[in-house]
Amino acid sequence: MQQGTLFSSISISVGDVTRYLHELLDSDDLLRDVWVMGEVSNASTPASGHLYFTLKDATATLKCVMWKPQVMRLRFPLRAGMAVEAHGAISVYEQGGQYQLYADTIRPVGEGALYQEFLLLKNKLESEGLFDNERKRAIPTAPMKIGIITSPTGAALQDMLNTLRRRYPLAEVLIAPAAVQGEAAPAELVSALQRLNAEPGIDVILIARGGGSLEDLWAFNDEDVVRGVAGSSVPVISGVGHETDFTLTDFAADLRAPTPTAAAELATPDRQDLRERLADMSERLVASTEMKLAAASEDCTQLSSRLERVSPVWAINNQRQRLDDLSQRAGMAWQNRMQYLQVERKGWQQRLMGLNPYSVLQRGYAIVSKIDGQVIHSQTQVALQTELKIQVADGKFKARVTETASGEER
Amino acid sequence: MKNQTKDDLKALSYEQAFQELEQIVEKLENDPGSLDENMALFERGQKLSQYCTGLLEKAELKVRELNAAAPSAKENEA
Repeated sequence: MQQGTLFSSISISVGDVTRYLHELLDSDDLLRDVWVMGEVSNASTPASGHLYFTLKDATATLKCVMWKPQVMRLRFPLRAGMAVEAHGAISVYEQGGQYQLYADTIRPVGEGALYQEFLLLKNKLESEGLFDNERKRAIPTAPMKIGIITSPTGAALQDMLNTLRRRYPLAEVLIAPAAVQGEAAPAELVSALQRLNAEPGIDVILIARGGGSLEDLWAFNDEDVVRGVAGSSVPVISGVGHETDFTLTDFAADLRAPTPTAAAELATPDRQDLRERLADMSERLVASTEMKLAAASEDCTQLSSRLERVSPVWAINNQRQRLDDLSQRAGMAWQNRMQYLQVERKGWQQRLMGLNPYSVLQRGYAIVSKIDGQVIHSQTQVALQTELKIQVADGKFKARVTETASGEER
Repeated sequence: MKNQTKDDLKALSYEQAFQELEQIVEKLENDPGSLDENMALFERGQKLSQYCTGLLEKAELKVRELNAAAPSAKENEA
């Protein structure tokens, strides 16, 4: 036990003790999430983009580091002598053997108080229902008259005008100039809102300002301004500061745009889209009319052929054809009749020829008669030795009966 | 559709003109209608389409500042 302090204690490495301290600090709730107020000194940003600085007050100094992603979101450059509040976690840089603040947010001293004020007012107006979604009015899709409230000298105005010229030059713009920061700003903003509301025919109001510190944007958290925006009879689009900035005006507006340019974009259709829709519509106009015309001309053709069929010309032509037909048929009938008669006549002739007794002589028959010319039909008309005249085809001769017999010889 | 001349187009906003054009096209596409009626619709549609094109291509943003002494200061491209 006595010797223990001298020899037997197990030593631990530098790394181990540093890691031990590291864990100790990291497990402390206060140090993990802390706001530290102090004056900036030794601020430097090497090529890595990280920001190294020291916070000090009358009694102590604290090394601080901010990594590049957070540095990029910093709204103002850090300079020596500035009084700031830095938020982050205190931990150990093991290789350097030092504890330091790993800062994620830095704000000028005083902004913290402003922020508290902001939250109080926000809660109050929220509980009044000023930010309710039901209050939000629809933004017209193609405004004719656009009111703009901003500083007449700021870049925000030019950004918005350029955007409107590019996207939608059909609109008319009324600028109600107003200071957007400083003591006069809230009253001027309220007055600008009133003047634009008094103008006839305004479709939408853009209230806008470029980026700046929380203090710079403060006028847009003014209660009167916020109430003025909520009470506007014309829909309001807000575009205050940068994407990460939220003001109460944004909550009260009918639509919040992240920047002034975006506000102008949200207020208007894009001319290119309009061109395309118009071209499409014109094409449909021509195509549908051509279809109608084609259908009408088809109807026309059908009607005129129907008309031809009922016209007197058609009827006359029809009669003419019928006449042709009939006369042709009459001719045919006549011819047929004649042919028939001719054939019949030949038939009679032949039959007549058959009846001529002399024509029978040609086939070998003969006519037998007595000398006195009596034609013999029966054997009873003759006796033996009766002299007979025999007529054949080419002449005649005489003969005597030598035998008679009754009956037919076949 | 009464006697609408070119002048009453000027009173129309782009949106109004485009909407009317859209209605005409839908009518031509869906309703039979008489030939006269259709041709009148087509002519009106052509006028609207030309009017819209004119607005789109020739428009210059009109900018004026409220409460300034000169109420109509027409601004040209900056």
